Amino acid sequence: MAKLVAGVGTSHVPAIGAAIDLGKTQEPYWQPLFKGYEPARKWLAEHRPDVIILVYNDHASAFSLEMIPTFALGCAEAFAPADEGWGPRQVPVVKGHPELAWHIAQSVILDEFDLTIVNNMTVDHGLTVPLSLLFGQPQEWPCQVIPLAVNVVQYPPPTGNRCYNFGKAIRRAVESFDQDLKVMIFGTGGMSHQLQGPRAGLINRAFDTAFLDNLTADPGKLARMPHIDYVREAGSEGIELVMWLIMRGALDERVREIYRFYHVPASNTAVGHIILENEA
Amino acid sequence: MKGEPNPFDDIPGTTLFDAQRSRQGYHLNMFCMSLMKADNRGAFKADEASYLLKFPMTAEQREAVLARNWNRLIALGGNIYFLAKLFSTDGKSFQHVAAIMTGSTQEDYAKMMLNGGRPPEGNRSKKDWDNRG
Repeated sequence: MAKLVAGVGTSHVPAIGAAIDLGKTQEPYWQPLFKGYEPARKWLAEHRPDVIILVYNDHASAFSLEMIPTFALGCAEAFAPADEGWGPRQVPVVKGHPELAWHIAQSVILDEFDLTIVNNMTVDHGLTVPLSLLFGQPQEWPCQVIPLAVNVVQYPPPTGNRCYNFGKAIRRAVESFDQDLKVMIFGTGGMSHQLQGPRAGLINRAFDTAFLDNLTADPGKLARMPHIDYVREAGSEGIELVMWLIMRGALDERVREIYRFYHVPASNTAVGHIILENEA
Repeated sequence: MKGEPNPFDDIPGTTLFDAQRSRQGYHLNMFCMSLMKADNRGAFKADEASYLLKFPMTAEQREAVLARNWNRLIALGGNIYFLAKLFSTDGKSFQHVAAIMTGSTQEDYAKMMLNGGRPPEGNRSKKDWDNRG
């Protein structure tokens, strides 16, 4: 049977992708950030997953205002990097796992989480930057990836509680899949940041630290946090953090925190990264 | 809920992209989306005003695009991720535009970010901003 073994939280700032693509990772501005991901890269190389379910948000790339699915699961064989206005990132095409993806879709829909099934979509920096951060610049990504796009652009995004419970449904789905697969789940976006208006540049280290603490120790408390707290405390784009709760919901109630990293700034954003492992 | 103040309206310098803004800004944002294609970027750059006439936007929205008045574009229903297509067409970064929206220079804004960003203290409520000296 498939087994969900660990979760990874990470920011997905586009400027990080540009720094990697343009060979700037050793510049003084970026060097501390990339150094902070080295232990995680090592850990991932040792615990190599077969499949990653990657929770992210599309930034007006595959989805415009024509269609705004709250949860959209990529069930295709492959997903090409999106052209976000300056040509697609020169990174490998993302290989999906249609069999597991379809199984998850059927399972969670019957479990009353009515997600959207997507057979054709490109993936933007929200999905490819986490892969670059954790796998570097390989010719091919070292595992299959199931994209799970969450709307956090059009208000309202799903509640933290919905995300947390959706994660639990994904766990049940994965562990009822009849193939021996090692599965990980990534929650991406955040941490505190605001990209718009006169309050742009907001960073809240105390909020981010408490979020990471509770993510490990008391996710039920985080799940009850209302949207207004994210926007007021972590900035208008800090609300992306609800996606981390899908990752957390898919893990055991008690987890081991393997690694944590926090860094300010990457362009306009506080970068957070955490690895959580199921105890069993 | 009737008569209740919207708590999001109390957050200073912040515009929530809600249903009303999404309806107001639909054509503005879909214009931005069109700039994802290289041919459209070329046509827009060649004659911005004519290109904008292809989209049923308001005159105010067209003027704000031509002036690259970013805060105005947000007030008129623009969403930052859609507006990103416009400033990317101009070869500008998120940080460049964020600095303008805060009334700062890019250099000062970048310095603020390097020093840990804008703190939440004094930036949570419109009351905080009203009380600023």
